[in-house]
Amino acid sequence: MLPSVLRCARPISTSLALSRPLAHFRPHMDPDPSRPVERAIRTKLTDQLKPDHLEVHNESHMHAVPPGSESHFRVLVVSSQFEGLPLIKRHRLVNEALKEELSTCVHALAIQAKTPEQWGSNSTIAKSPPCMGGSKGDHTVEEKLKAGRE
Amino acid sequence: MNNLIRATARCLRSGAAVYLPRQTDGRVWSAASARFLCSAVDIQKDLGEMVKKDKVVVFMKGTPAQPMCGFSNAVVQILRMHGVDEYAAYNVLEDQDLRQGVKDFSNWPTIPQVYFNGEFVGGCDILLQMHQNGDLVEELQKLGISSALQNAEKESK
Repeated sequence: MLPSVLRCARPISTSLALSRPLAHFRPHMDPDPSRPVERAIRTKLTDQLKPDHLEVHNESHMHAVPPGSESHFRVLVVSSQFEGLPLIKRHRLVNEALKEELSTCVHALAIQAKTPEQWGSNSTIAKSPPCMGGSKGDHTVEEKLKAGRE
Repeated sequence: MNNLIRATARCLRSGAAVYLPRQTDGRVWSAASARFLCSAVDIQKDLGEMVKKDKVVVFMKGTPAQPMCGFSNAVVQILRMHGVDEYAAYNVLEDQDLRQGVKDFSNWPTIPQVYFNGEFVGGCDILLQMHQNGDLVEELQKLGISSALQNAEKESK
């Protein structure tokens, strides 16, 4: 039986307007040497998708996992390799590039995959919905956190 | 009717939780229940049947009444906004074999996962983008489901 979980019960807005420009955001963050998973994600996406623009956000702090975790990420990839591809194929390319991370330490991966033209007409990154606490007490997530620490 | 009773009994014994949304007159949607067998090989076969049994199938964390994950909740909210309340929702937190099985079946590493007419559509991000760009209304129409936002879509054009 699952233990009782925290509920962040803020409802998401009815219009589901989850986009906002990140005014404070630096488009090319310096990789943090103490964050190996973030670094690996950045490297692999860069090598395999040759993006014009890439953002990798560790959103673990927004979820029911210990501070310093690298388990929940949001990526925005702008690449001409996505041209002519439906969303699902684009996402599969990203998943494939990050196969190892997804099978070991990354529990959640939010993806935005745009062509350079799409990015040009709408350069905003979506915002993740509020956590509902499901990771707390989740054995699968605990295993992934452990894998990330090793 | 007897088949439904037998299927429900099997579902209760296997312990997998399936959400069967109620129609407005109180009847439970007569979609089938969850998998019947326990082995990993069988789960793949069962998944093949599960995703085709209903027009809209969602594998999620928690239930539509009580989602346990923000991304799963987003899928539920989007479907609700479009007036889709007849769909099969499978709670992967209740069943670790199902949780891993659906990831293998779809070749997709995360939950939630959405199927339309037996075809994998994607996760929360894709459904959200389809909702935002109007594609979801169109895809639901292809399933014979009239989205509650369809008129709004028409008026904006």
